[in-house]
Amino acid sequence: MLKPAHDVGIVGYGAYVPRFRLPASEVARVWTDGTGGLPIKEKAVAGLDEDTLTMSVEAARNALARAQIDVTQIRAVWVGSESHPYAVKPTSTIVAEAIGAAPFTQAADLEFACKAGSEAIVMGMGIVGSQMGRYVLAIGMDTAQGRPGDALEYTAASGGAAFIVGPAEESVAVYEAALSHVTDTPDFWRRAYSHYPSHGHRFTGEPAYFEHVVSAGQELMQELGTQPSDYKYVVLHQPNTKFPQRAAQILGFQPEQLKTGLLVPVIGNTYAGSSLIGLTAVLDEAQPGDRILMVSFGSGAGSDAFSIRVTDKLNEVRDRAPRTQDYIARRKLIDYATYVRYRHKLQMN
Amino acid sequence: MSIPRNWRTRQQRYSLKAEVCNTCNKHIFPPRDVCPHCAAEKQSWTNLSGQGEVFSYTTMYNAPAGFEEYAPYTMALVKLAEGPMVTAQLTDVDAQDVKIGMPVEMVTRKLSQEGEEGQILYGYKFRPMLREAA
Ligand SMILES: [Zn+2]
Repeated sequence: MLKPAHDVGIVGYGAYVPRFRLPASEVARVWTDGTGGLPIKEKAVAGLDEDTLTMSVEAARNALARAQIDVTQIRAVWVGSESHPYAVKPTSTIVAEAIGAAPFTQAADLEFACKAGSEAIVMGMGIVGSQMGRYVLAIGMDTAQGRPGDALEYTAASGGAAFIVGPAEESVAVYEAALSHVTDTPDFWRRAYSHYPSHGHRFTGEPAYFEHVVSAGQELMQELGTQPSDYKYVVLHQPNTKFPQRAAQILGFQPEQLKTGLLVPVIGNTYAGSSLIGLTAVLDEAQPGDRILMVSFGSGAGSDAFSIRVTDKLNEVRDRAPRTQDYIARRKLIDYATYVRYRHKLQMN
Repeated sequence: MSIPRNWRTRQQRYSLKAEVCNTCNKHIFPPRDVCPHCAAEKQSWTNLSGQGEVFSYTTMYNAPAGFEEYAPYTMALVKLAEGPMVTAQLTDVDAQDVKIGMPVEMVTRKLSQEGEEGQILYGYKFRPMLREAA
């Protein structure tokens, strides 16, 4: 279990979801003649002028609007993503510059498939919990790509969230502890220079997602001496609708505990942003004293589990920035052809 | 596109970093050596709210070189809440929905890129107020 020397929490949080939605039925219309089940209703798609950097900047500004801190006290800007705009040149320095946190700050881009965002939060707990720095900006954001016609194309979406980790006494929610669980599991990967990921079909469920999410969640609760009924909410990584529903059930949670943070049916799988943006939707509704269990998952594979307790400051800051549901309600449907143009799936030259 | 010039102006492009005149207290954007209102030379850095309204606009169907990828798009003259007027692209809005007087807010977006291998240029654009659009 990971527990910092000094208590830390979330001082500010902010979400971002782009405006465009591709219905899963559109993917099915093009590739399966409309047959087969649909893993979600629709997914969020970034516009032509959006990428992981622009979406990170907006989520970070929302987090800062809620936190109302001196940005020059941010000692690290960490952006977790598998879709950084440059292969070499950090996203994090541009974010730091855009929000006014540069130049006296750490900055780095993290990669661990869908777990890169929660990884940034754990690292932030380390910096703040050791009092090396007062605040850390941790972001999980992606413009995920699935190979045309692949099962992942129904769900691979754009969006994510930003968190300012800081001292517990300033926090809207406090981290009681975290726990990480990693193994070498070949469920999903993308080699350098390849545009689309590959996956080991039979590996994605049992040995990958369920093994890591359930083990990390169970182990954290066991070490903390908590049980599912102690939590008002549970937020899990959500690659589709069924996986988090089943993992929550195995862990012993009821559907009502999962519902608020389960956004995948209406925005898709935002990869490094997935469990983080689920947490923002929960913080938009949670009340002082509520506890939240959050478990991320990244292929390759690993999970970070967090036990979080909401403080009475949350109600003060909530309306200083748009709620996650405000972004979800802002929605323009697109067809498959428009999606192909927006996500650069046509090679023009 | 000039890398040194883009680098020097990055803060005003990313976040509308502006100046306020020490003599007449008016906001100045983009930052410059002499106040356009009173010709005084001393200014202080400030941040703008990013909010404003559409003063006039035109939709570009034939985009200039480097911006073809984004056509059609709408360029607007935006009157910022603090006074300065800026020319910028509107985003997250369909051309037929743009109206004079429409409240808008600043966002940081991709402006252009030098092909697949060159630099990506980011900067301010404006979109309809998010909470009203929802
Ligand atoms: Zn003046």
